Amino acid sequence: MTPQPILEAEHLCIDYRLGSQWINAIRDVSLTIGAGEIHGLVGESGSGKSTLALALMRYLAPNARVSQGDIRLDGASLLSKSRSEMEQIWGRDLCLVPQDPLAALNPAYTVGEQIAEVTRQHQGLSKSEAWAGAVAMLQKVRISDANAVAQKYPHQLSGGMQQRVVIAMALNTRPRLLILDEPTTALDVTTQAVILDLFRELLQEHQAAALYVSHDLGVIREMCQRLTVLYCGEVMASAPVAGVYQRPIHPYTIGLLASIPRVEIGASDTRLPTIPGTAPSLSQRGQGCVFAPRCPVVLDRCLTEKPELETISHERMVKCHRWGEIDAGTLQVEYKDFTAEGQKSRGTEKIFSGKEAKQEAAQGTPEYVLKAQQMSKSFGGRSLLKRLLMQRSSRVQAVKDVSVSVRRYSTLGLVGESGSGKTTLARCIVGLETADDGRMTLLDAALPPALADRPAALKREIQMVFQNPSDTLNPYQTVGQMLRRTLERLTSTKVTEQRISELLDAVRLSSDYVNRFPNELSGGEKQRVALARAFAASPALVVADEPTSALDVSVQAVILNLLKDLRAREGASYLFISHDLRAVSYLADWLIVMYQGEIMEEGTTEHVYSIPSHPYTEALISAIPSTDPLGKTKHIRLMAEPNQNAGQRGCPFAGRCPRQIGRICEDEIPPWREAGDDHRIRCHIPLDELTRLQTNGTPVQADMDKAVSA
Amino acid sequence: MTGYIIRRVLLLGLTLLVTSALVFALTQIVPGDVARLILGRDASAEQIATFKAQFGLDVSPPQQYINWLGRFMVGDWGRSFTGGNLPVRPLVLERLGNSMRLALMTLLLSVPLAVFLGMIAALRENTWIDGVISIGSLAVVGLPEFVTALLLINGLALGVRELGLPSTSMVPNNTLEDWVRQLILPALTATFVLLGYIARLTRAGVLEELKKPYVRMATLKGLPRRTVIIKHVLRNALLPTITVIAISFGWLIGGLVVIETVFNYPGLGSLLVEAVKQKNLFLMQAIVMLVVTIYALANLAADLLYGVLNPRIRLG
Repeated sequence: MTPQPILEAEHLCIDYRLGSQWINAIRDVSLTIGAGEIHGLVGESGSGKSTLALALMRYLAPNARVSQGDIRLDGASLLSKSRSEMEQIWGRDLCLVPQDPLAALNPAYTVGEQIAEVTRQHQGLSKSEAWAGAVAMLQKVRISDANAVAQKYPHQLSGGMQQRVVIAMALNTRPRLLILDEPTTALDVTTQAVILDLFRELLQEHQAAALYVSHDLGVIREMCQRLTVLYCGEVMASAPVAGVYQRPIHPYTIGLLASIPRVEIGASDTRLPTIPGTAPSLSQRGQGCVFAPRCPVVLDRCLTEKPELETISHERMVKCHRWGEIDAGTLQVEYKDFTAEGQKSRGTEKIFSGKEAKQEAAQGTPEYVLKAQQMSKSFGGRSLLKRLLMQRSSRVQAVKDVSVSVRRYSTLGLVGESGSGKTTLARCIVGLETADDGRMTLLDAALPPALADRPAALKREIQMVFQNPSDTLNPYQTVGQMLRRTLERLTSTKVTEQRISELLDAVRLSSDYVNRFPNELSGGEKQRVALARAFAASPALVVADEPTSALDVSVQAVILNLLKDLRAREGASYLFISHDLRAVSYLADWLIVMYQGEIMEEGTTEHVYSIPSHPYTEALISAIPSTDPLGKTKHIRLMAEPNQNAGQRGCPFAGRCPRQIGRICEDEIPPWREAGDDHRIRCHIPLDELTRLQTNGTPVQADMDKAVSA
Repeated sequence: MTGYIIRRVLLLGLTLLVTSALVFALTQIVPGDVARLILGRDASAEQIATFKAQFGLDVSPPQQYINWLGRFMVGDWGRSFTGGNLPVRPLVLERLGNSMRLALMTLLLSVPLAVFLGMIAALRENTWIDGVISIGSLAVVGLPEFVTALLLINGLALGVRELGLPSTSMVPNNTLEDWVRQLILPALTATFVLLGYIARLTRAGVLEELKKPYVRMATLKGLPRRTVIIKHVLRNALLPTITVIAISFGWLIGGLVVIETVFNYPGLGSLLVEAVKQKNLFLMQAIVMLVVTIYALANLAADLLYGVLNPRIRLG
């Protein structure tokens, strides 16, 4: 450690005013970040991590105050500085890389102007000097046509490019400390991997320290040297990264790490361990340990007596009464799946009516629930406005001649980056979009592409669960009203109170949730209500579009387990769409990898995740930040952005593919290659060759592992 | 872009056609004979026939409309039924000039003031300053125009005679100072009507923009508060205001009847009311055509300006 840390927070307490009361949000947080250090700050939503991160910049909401403690930058207290003194420091010594770059950029100015603004302000550069500096900075964040990009407006750039722009903005003045507030959460894994590499290199080059805020433990492991775990506004643990992932000590950290699905699990019968309960709101914290109500090794003492943050070994701090036992190995902290316990206590009673008959009839019924063949859908063309403005047509082929089928009682996973057409395909199947082309059958009955043409009986058999539960629940209806209405619309039987509580029970919500409004539910609870609604009429197929992406890992685990239970008991089948390959691998039996509206690879989950796989699949998998301390991850980086014009003649992945073999990839449509067991890969490279290439690994691998463990 | 403008102008032509047909139809439906209305009860059948022949009212109504339309297109806007049967065009254009001056004066007064007040109210949200501005601007909007007009006349023109403001306007000699002196009171009255509306819109716009992450980003780049507000916030917050100003402009040209009457100001609005009372068909048509055109052009200008200021629209 350097003698003089760059940033120090000492016993920091931050209060919020709620009505006439002050609520203590951040409690006694101490944090030290040394030169060149990247310090991770982990916490779930509501833990106060963003509040803390901004407070460390001395940026507080108007209704917040620092009630105790101090923040020092290079030894000088920030709290005693005036607003105009802070304006000197912000953007020069202390810079923010925000979560959502599009929202953080002003839509009315070019990105070049917004970068140049910083040096004009802090270094007194002239307009042209600052502009030249901005272009140079854009080159530094590996934007090849920096001159052109500088003149663009934020909305004209892709998410990855926007993120590069805000990085350029933050590094423009060689800051002492960067605050990175979930900077890659909104990006695809492939883009995230490239941006993370860029951060690492630039931070090292600039010798800047950084606070990296994230809820993703994999990203933290790849990026940081130290991490601090925040729960309910308090520090639970703070330690060097290597130790935490190898041997976590705090029960909360153990639970968080356990609830992340691993790619290696496969679609077997395993269940994810989950942390019971939900985080208490900040005003409801008891006098004991804040984690006590959810802790599997809780003692009476934990409920009444607050543990201290103790330094247990070199650089390692933990706030737990029982750390000694855990550290010595005499106490095992194990999380079971609490959702499974609930299921057992309820016995084997049938929760949904009418389903048994369906299952019994299964012998005679078709093997496939859904068959969708040669589906195509394109968007755009010339809208009225465009026609008025005489702009040329911008037709985008979102789904190109794709065939998928979902087996009975199984899950088809659909993966790919944003823009791969996976959501469009799902919407065509549900009927929210009308496919331009293609034939669909549901349980052997023809399924018309337009929703209006579908008979009610068929509509009932397909239900959808959306990504953001807050947007799909009517804020003015109680949970009970919503479920009642769904039942009334979809089933002919009389809706009883009992039926509604059965539905709630199936998603592990007690029946007193009937009278709650959506704003009284947490994110995970909302998604559970959405699930209950989807299963209300016992559908044959449930289409889930990124159902866990908006949720914290511990909540995600609960929902994934629930989805597994519901499938088993309901005899439903899933079409599960996700960009998160870990979540998909936990649930899916069969996987389809899409790129630019076309299928690149399909097969059982195990086959797709093992060698040989399509170079695109390989890149997707290698881009997942791993939390496994022993995990050997290959690092393949897809540098270029997806190109809409690629694949007009040849392979859509050509130009971006790290294993491209030559002109043939650009000029000829790749053949389907059969790898056995219906595992198919669409690539010009023969399968033996792919296997050989992928077994040997890439030379990049060794270096990257070294960098992480250093 | 040129294509877009051409289309909008063609659309305006269509609007004018429909409007003129509507106005004509309305004059046909309203009971009472024009000739008798103008010549009086005692007019003889001969006088009436002569009058009708003189103005081309002796053919069928559709034919009358087509005749009018044909002449209007080539610039012959007809003659007034009353007041010495003067040609409509110079009369209307002169009034239009007066209305334009008043409208411009009003916008010059009201827009900067309203934007300033709205911005201050937003930046001091929920303080007494916000309260005074919000309630104050609402109060003046609530007052009928003739009340504010009379208050202004009594307060400024008659109360403070040193200002030398006339209590009624007459179209003056052509010095600028004279114009301003004549226009200030009617323009102030109209300003009071617009002020609350634009100020509230600005306040809402600024408040909405202030919540956006780019404002926090601009602050954390170390930009001074003034730069953050003026360069970043106002630039986006004022976009909706442009449309409102355009609509207000149309109203200022054709809708200031009360103010024109109180100040005895010879504008287009009061002329239109006069024309309607007399069923003075050609005069009415000419004024309506002008007001509709100005409305449409102001909106077109607003849409174009909106596009120029908002890159998301300009560059799709």
